[in-house]
Parts: sequence; structure tokens; C-alpha cells
Amino acid sequence: MTDFTLWDIVRNLLLAGRWTVVLSLIAFTGGAIVGLLLTLLRMGGLTPIRWLIRLYVDVFQGTPLLMQLFLAYFGAAVLGFDVSAWTAASVALTLFTSAFLCDIWRGCVEAVPSGQWQASRVLGLNYLQSMRHVILPQALRLAVPPTVGFSVQVIKGTALASVIGFVELTKAGTMLNNAAFAPFTIFALVALGYFILCYPLSRYARHLEKKLYGAGIR
Amino acid sequence: MTLDFSTLLPYTDVILEGLVTTLWLTVVTTAAGIALAILVAYVRDGSPTGTRAVISRLLGGYVEIVRNTPFIVQLFFLYFGLPALGVPISATAAALLAMILNLGAYTAEILRAGIDSTLKGQHEAARALGLSRRQSFRHVVLVPAFSRVYPSLISQCIIVMLGSAVVSQISVFDLTYAANFIQSRNFRGFEVYLVVTLIYLLLAVGLRLAFEFVGRRLFAFRQGGSS
Amino acid sequence: MALVSVKDLHKSFGELEVLKGIDLEIEAGEVVSIIGRSGSGKSTLLRCLNQLERHDWGTIHLADQRLDGGAMSPGELSQNVGMVFQSFNLFPHKTVIENVMLAPLVVKQTPRDEARRIAEQVLDKVGMLEKIDAYPAQLSGGQQQRVAIARALAMNPKVLLCDEVTSALDPELVGEVLRVLEDLAREGMTLILVTHEMKFARDVSHRVVFMHQGRIHESGDPQTLFTRPETPELSQFIASVL
Repeated sequence: MTDFTLWDIVRNLLLAGRWTVVLSLIAFTGGAIVGLLLTLLRMGGLTPIRWLIRLYVDVFQGTPLLMQLFLAYFGAAVLGFDVSAWTAASVALTLFTSAFLCDIWRGCVEAVPSGQWQASRVLGLNYLQSMRHVILPQALRLAVPPTVGFSVQVIKGTALASVIGFVELTKAGTMLNNAAFAPFTIFALVALGYFILCYPLSRYARHLEKKLYGAGIR
Repeated sequence: MTLDFSTLLPYTDVILEGLVTTLWLTVVTTAAGIALAILVAYVRDGSPTGTRAVISRLLGGYVEIVRNTPFIVQLFFLYFGLPALGVPISATAAALLAMILNLGAYTAEILRAGIDSTLKGQHEAARALGLSRRQSFRHVVLVPAFSRVYPSLISQCIIVMLGSAVVSQISVFDLTYAANFIQSRNFRGFEVYLVVTLIYLLLAVGLRLAFEFVGRRLFAFRQGGSS
Repeated sequence: MALVSVKDLHKSFGELEVLKGIDLEIEAGEVVSIIGRSGSGKSTLLRCLNQLERHDWGTIHLADQRLDGGAMSPGELSQNVGMVFQSFNLFPHKTVIENVMLAPLVVKQTPRDEARRIAEQVLDKVGMLEKIDAYPAQLSGGQQQRVAIARALAMNPKVLLCDEVTSALDPELVGEVLRVLEDLAREGMTLILVTHEMKFARDVSHRVVFMHQGRIHESGDPQTLFTRPETPELSQFIASVL
């Protein structure tokens, strides 16, 4: 304990915190791309494809993220790859994020009144045109608040990457604690780190939601 | 690559033991977490004044902290931090406490949305009949509020059940701990985690069905006929 | 001595003065209809009588007891003044009999058997005895409103306030609710109604009060008031609603 000043602890946590941010960005960006693809396929695709995507979403929403991380890690080994914690965490978190975003966005597309579809079809727009010019712009407005809200879950989710050995904020906390044994301070600081990342996003999501519903759109 | 599930068979009782722990943690957390949420929502309801305003703000802080930090950090903070403060706590107790505090915070927020959507007329009718704030909350507001947010409540309980996998990290013998244990013995990590993941999936489905079954009975009043 | 006596009642919502000095005396057993355009302050007056709204100035007495300004607890108030709302406001998660029994049980702490007996008695009075175990969502609007009346009566109030109790009903359901009110009037219940049912106001009430811009503009027995209104505002109002 005497070897570590508070500043040592904070500095190390800050350094590790960078990787929490990077991993969050990877997971969110990757998850958004995959999630968007899945959403579009699910809305327009053939019935079996829709079923598969639904299964995909249900499986990722119905199993622990920790298990998904383990499976990515050990699954790669079974396939003969020697993956790093980096790769396993990125892949698992991307898939996890894509499933949740797909579910959120599907809800938003479905929330656009069916009269809008009918009106655009009557005007002669095909599926993609209706989607692009009529449905998506409206769905997008609905989608922003819950998407920002979910980014908080992604950031918190990256903490589990510590379990498969990825050194980010939480892992750095446990490692520091093993050396310095100041659990109360260290884990309070770790929590503070996440809070600083997440709280503004939570507030912003709530603000956006209020604005949207304040505008009278339901 | 070959998958071999047969090496799992000798460990059936280990998995069973983990499953039982995960189940009872979930059941106790659900009951206690919802009770905590009701308490928090009651204190924060309306526009509190005086002491209640102060407590209400503190509870608001608690809800925000829980919602904006990872569960695993909350767990480590309680398990490693409390003994350092001179409060000894067992792994199981820390796990249970962390889960209850976590579900309590989320559910309080969910419940609040349900309470906020109570129609003004319901409050007025309760007041006109002479019910106090507490009586009105308990007899008039609470049950319909729960019925309105029940789907979110189900999802949240499932999230907490799935999240409980993390308690294995402080050596609570839950389903995930069982998986880790088996993996360390037979070195068939992928197979073990695949099976255990499937068990979690079934648990999630089962929990949802159970909640929906209870909900249909609890909120039978919603299935009205003509009106 | 009047049962209800209101003196110099004032009430503002922000800048808007809704009640500009109301004086009103109502005898026991009297049926008084308050009529007027929306915004004239009639609902606010009614809601002040059981303190759902706190007025800014003036006093309300019930018999010789002060009712306003916190002089009566909500529990005491509900045993003196009952209220029926435009939108029924039954509790959706409670059956008909549970709705009626709730206040006697938790506010008055009536024993359960006694509360049930009272509930059955008032439900019989409004003709809803057969629907005792139904949930509100299973009832028609007229039936819900009759249960709401029973719920108020179960506290055995001295006065029953009715705030546009038929306005939310389909036309064919209005009659059953008005018939219940007529029965109550005949039994000597003191009723104060804000209503748009001019026929009911004329045929059943002993007195009609016409409110206009936050004041009692004219009042008197229904026959005279409706056939020979003294002020142009009342004649206009009557012309517009008949």
C-alpha cells in the first residue's frame, strides 16, 4: 500500500481506461453496422431469414454476455485459431451489441404507423424507396434516444472483457488491488471512471427522449 | 476440430449444484429487489419535501450510480471494499447484496415510469374517498403501475439473472462457476460453455414464461370485456 | 341552519381568477344543480367543496363545522362529502365490491363483514348487486358510474357532489345514472350537481344556480329560472343548450 500513491493508482486506471473507451467504440461501431444490416434484412427478408435473425437476437439477449465472451474465446481455439483477448472481446461485444441494436431498431421501424407504408406504396414507391424516403427518416428520430441509451450498456459490457484477461479499467482495478490492496479506494475510482463515461450518455439519452415525446410523437 | 460432449457427463452434479445456486440467487433477488424498488419509488413519489426530499435525493444518487456502473465493479466494490472498511462479508452475501441493489435501482426507475403514468383521476378519487398518500400508493397506485410496466420488469429480472454469471468471479458456486470448474478439469472449454449457455437460455425462457403466467393472474383485471 | 354554507370563496389559478367571491347556502335534503358555460368556475366550486382544490380566500362550513383550511382531515372529509366524477375513476384492479369496500376498510377501519354489508346495500341501491365480482373494464360506462356512486355512498356522506357525471356516457346510458340520482334525491340525500342535463336540472333539482365568469350570476327555483331568466347571459345560455 505504501508503494502506491493515490496518483499512481489514478494514473494507471486512466491509462487502462483508454482501452475501455477503444473497446466500447469498436463494439458500438461494429455492432451498429451488423445491427443495421440485420434490421434491414429482418424487415424485408424472406421468412426463414427473419426467423434466423429473430433466433440470433433471442439467443444473444437470453444468454449471459460473460458466456458469449467465453464462447468467442474458446470457440476460436476449437476452430484452430489462437485468438487474443482483444479479438475475442471485440467479436463477442460486437455481436452482442448488434443483437440489441437490431431489436431496438426493429421496434422503431415498426413504430412508424402502417398508414405511412400504405401511403408510400400507393404512391408507387417500392420497398427500398419507401424504406429510404419515408420509413427510415421517421424511424431514425425514434431510434436516437434508445440507441444512445444502449451505448451505456455497451460501455458497461466491456467491463466483462476483464474476465478473459483483457486489460481495461476493471482488470486494471483488480490488478492494482492485488498489488496495492486498497480495494475500497480502487474500486470506487474504477466505478467513478465508468460513471464519468456513462452518466453524460444516460442524461443525454433521457434529454433526447423528453424532447421527442415532448414534441408529441409516440 | 471435433466436439466431444461426453466428457461433461461425469460433471452433471456439478452443473446441477451451480444451477441451484443461480436459481435461488435469482428468486431471492427478484423478491427482495422488487420490494426495495417499491420502497424507493414510494419515497421518491410525487414532490417530496423536508426530510423525505433529502432521502429522495440520496436514493436518486443510488439509482444513478447503479445504472451507470458495471455490475462486476459493484460486486467487486462490495466484496473487496466492505471488508476493507471492517465489514466482513461472505462471497454469497456480497453477490446477493449486489444483485438486489442492482435490480432494486433499475426496477425503481421502471416502476416510477408506471407510477408517473397514473391518471390524475385515480389520485383524485382516492383523495375524495379520504385515503392518505400511503394508503393511496398501496391500494390505488401500485398494482396498476406494476401492470403497466410489467414487460420491462420481466426483461430486467432476466437481465439480472443473466448478469449473475459474474458472481462466479468472486467464487460463488453458480452455474458459470461450475462451467469454469469443469473447464479447468477436462479442458473442453467450448463444449462446457456451450452447454451452460444453453442452460442459461432455457432459464431465461422459463423465467419469462413463469413471469407471464403470474402476470396473467395478478393482472387479470386488464382483460376486460365490453367497455 | 344550512347544511353547507360557503362564504366569499375566491380561487385563482395563477393569473386567472376562477372564483370571484361565491356565497352559497344549501339546506339538508336539497338538490342543487349548478349550470353555466365551461370555464365559468362551476367545477372548481364543486372541487373546493371537498378540498380537491384549496381555495385562496373564504370559508366553507358543513353544519356548524369548519370544513376548509385543513380543519378536517381527508378521512373526515370523505365521511361528510362524497364525490362522483365525470370519468368514473373506478380503480381498475379492484372488483366492483372491492372498489366500494376500500374506503370503509382502510379509511374508516370498518370491520370486513360490516364493510361488505354496507357495500352490498349501496350496490343494491344503484342496481349493481349482480355485478359484484366484475372488474371495471367489464362494465359499461353507465354501470361504472353507478358503481362510482355506490362507492361514494359507502362512506355515508352528508352531501354528494356530482361533477358532470353523465358527460362521458353514451346517450343511451345517461338515463340509468340519472334514475339513480333521482332515487337518491327522493330519499332526501343532499345533492350538488354540476350538470349539462338541463331536463334533469329542471325536473329534479330544488334550486338551480347559474354561474358566469366566476360568480353566481342568477339562482332560483328551476321553473322560474328556466322560463323567466332575469339576465341576458342566462337567457343566452338557456337558448344555447336547449
